[in-house]
Amino acid sequence: MDFVEVPVSEDVPSKKCKVKKEKKKQKRAEETEDKGPESECAETSSSRPALPPTFSLSEIKNKQRRQLMFMKLKQEKRKQKLELRKKRRKEREALGDKAPPKEVPKTIENQRVYDETTVDPEDEEVAYDEGTDEFSAYFNKLINPKVLITTSDRPRGRTVRFCEQLASVIPNAHVYYRRGLALKRIIPQCISRDFTYLLVINEDRKVPNGMILCHLPDGPTAHFKVSSVRLRKEMKRKGKDPTEHYPEVILNNFTTRLGHSIGRLFAALFPHDPQFEGRQVATFHNQRDFIFFRFHRYIFKNEKRVGIQELGPRFTLKLRSLQKGTFDSKFGEYEWVHKRHEMDSNRRKFHL
Amino acid sequence: MADKSQICSVWVGSETGILKGVSLSKKRAFNFCDMSSVSREQEICALTWGDQQESEVLVGCVNGSVKTFSTEKGVFTETRVCGDFSQGRFTGIAVTDRSLITCVESGLLKVWTEGSADTAEINVGGGVCRMRQNPSQRHRVATGGKENPLKVWDLERPDKPIFTAKNVANDWLDLRVPVWVRDVAFIPDSDRIVTCTGYHQVRVYDPSTPQRRPVLEAEFGEYPLTALALPTGHDHVVVGNTHGQIAVLDLRKGLVRGCMKGLAGGVRGLQCHPSSPLLASCGLDRFLRIHSLEDRSTVHKVYLKSRLNCVLLSSRDLELVGSDAAGEVEEVKEEERDEVWDSMETVREKGEKRAALEEEEEECGETGEKEEKKKKRKKAKK
Repeated sequence: MDFVEVPVSEDVPSKKCKVKKEKKKQKRAEETEDKGPESECAETSSSRPALPPTFSLSEIKNKQRRQLMFMKLKQEKRKQKLELRKKRRKEREALGDKAPPKEVPKTIENQRVYDETTVDPEDEEVAYDEGTDEFSAYFNKLINPKVLITTSDRPRGRTVRFCEQLASVIPNAHVYYRRGLALKRIIPQCISRDFTYLLVINEDRKVPNGMILCHLPDGPTAHFKVSSVRLRKEMKRKGKDPTEHYPEVILNNFTTRLGHSIGRLFAALFPHDPQFEGRQVATFHNQRDFIFFRFHRYIFKNEKRVGIQELGPRFTLKLRSLQKGTFDSKFGEYEWVHKRHEMDSNRRKFHL
Repeated sequence: MADKSQICSVWVGSETGILKGVSLSKKRAFNFCDMSSVSREQEICALTWGDQQESEVLVGCVNGSVKTFSTEKGVFTETRVCGDFSQGRFTGIAVTDRSLITCVESGLLKVWTEGSADTAEINVGGGVCRMRQNPSQRHRVATGGKENPLKVWDLERPDKPIFTAKNVANDWLDLRVPVWVRDVAFIPDSDRIVTCTGYHQVRVYDPSTPQRRPVLEAEFGEYPLTALALPTGHDHVVVGNTHGQIAVLDLRKGLVRGCMKGLAGGVRGLQCHPSSPLLASCGLDRFLRIHSLEDRSTVHKVYLKSRLNCVLLSSRDLELVGSDAAGEVEEVKEEERDEVWDSMETVREKGEKRAALEEEEEECGETGEKEEKKKKRKKAKK
């Protein structure tokens, strides 16, 4: 076999990996031997041995060598990226005022597929629909909310504490132990005692994982998946316990029609008139179809700066279904059901 | 108003009481309503054609009134009170030779003859979910409901039903199988009736045989089936359930042929087009969808901001573009103006301008109709 000696500089790799010098040198020796036949095709004066153009790193069978080559490739790429960035910055400085505006990086929220059900604030029909739906009694300030919080049967400590903390966050909430009762039987009793909401926290393996929020007289029932629950003692730098003042409510980013319905569902949990002396605020932030709940206390230090202190539990919700009417999972009609294979196929399409 | 209603080929009734007309060729949806009386009590629960030429739509509302909407004029022409709120919603409206048949949830089936004030009444039992008229024998209607088995009534002999279905035999635990008929349809060119139940069963009955039990039973899914539609020609039936699943079932063996994807909310209305293989579906997710029956793909999807209750298709070709060039120019101009004002359309009284416009449109409408008839004949030949 004809060997074509291709100069391989040992300086570059050895500078970067000083620990493995010995191994490297051995490898260098091996590589030059083995790469001899491969590099017959292309002779270049680059630091790396010249490889045929159809060669890809995944074809190297030796794992150590493959990993090494890949690492080198990544380092090369990073170096090129840095150089490019430096060049661009120099050009920008050189141009000064005439520099083109900075490009906005693409994020998934930026690239979100436009949802045709996005509510236009001036749309009369949607406004009429919302004005006469099941929450109209609350939004016309006729009824104050009264919430019943319960769990699935035989809850464990974490869920019980979560329910208690939720009851401290939501004013006028009562926690009751679920004694194995059927929800369809609880609901008429709640209605007769003037409750407006039924909140059931479902538990699985000692951890809360689901939530059913049922608006009572005849209202929609939403079923959520609960994840990432943090109780009060797990919070870092938390403040004291929340007081009995009614909190303010912030609903972020509920843009579509479905999002509006869910937003109204959350808004109707809290009484209409927040007591600003309490300086407490509950936030429901929707991002990429996940709803993040946070409870803070704020204080205005001066006109421009606010200090916030997180109290209370924190959890994330994801909507699984919205059912028209009170809880009836078998025979009820669903307004929206999450169908994973149809709705989750596009990473940039969201429904809330 | 008139031109808008004339190009609409699909009519949808919503829960807010607004009748919506959708023109698939123009890809526009229009609201037709009485601005003064938009309320939840006017929620539309039944839609049917008022006559064979499909120039009038009969709209049944929750408060018991039946309104007549003229597609040529684009206004509501008449309102009749055919019941009240306490009797329940309309479960079916039908028209035969100058009389109107209405059925409500409490079981009262009334035949309102035009001209005379008296009505023939039949009590079909309580908890009725659907009443349908046989399209070939228009004096026969079928009713069914919760714990109310399928009954076929002949309106000329209203004292007893001509056919009452018998419940299936006890199941494998020897328990009585509950009855909940949610939608009924007559299979054309035969005596058979197909029903779908709230216990996810699809059953076919044949009154011409002595067997009163279902001839065929098929099941689909785990959720109540709410709507049913029969495509012309084949031996299929399309059913929809409360979860938004629409399936095409074969009526020879009772197997599922395929499902239509896309709906996220419960199906409230399904209808197949008489000539082309299209299926219109509407539901609680506020969308009107048109699927193709051949490859089960979505052809059109229209967002119609309120929850939809019922859908009505016109027999003419759905994608037929509206009549003249002159008509089109007018419509284009109006579109530009209407871009901003599209949401609510008010129904105003007739003025002079309107009368002049109507005359023009009627002429154009006539020529358009002739073309449509020719096209229909050609399609029939094919």
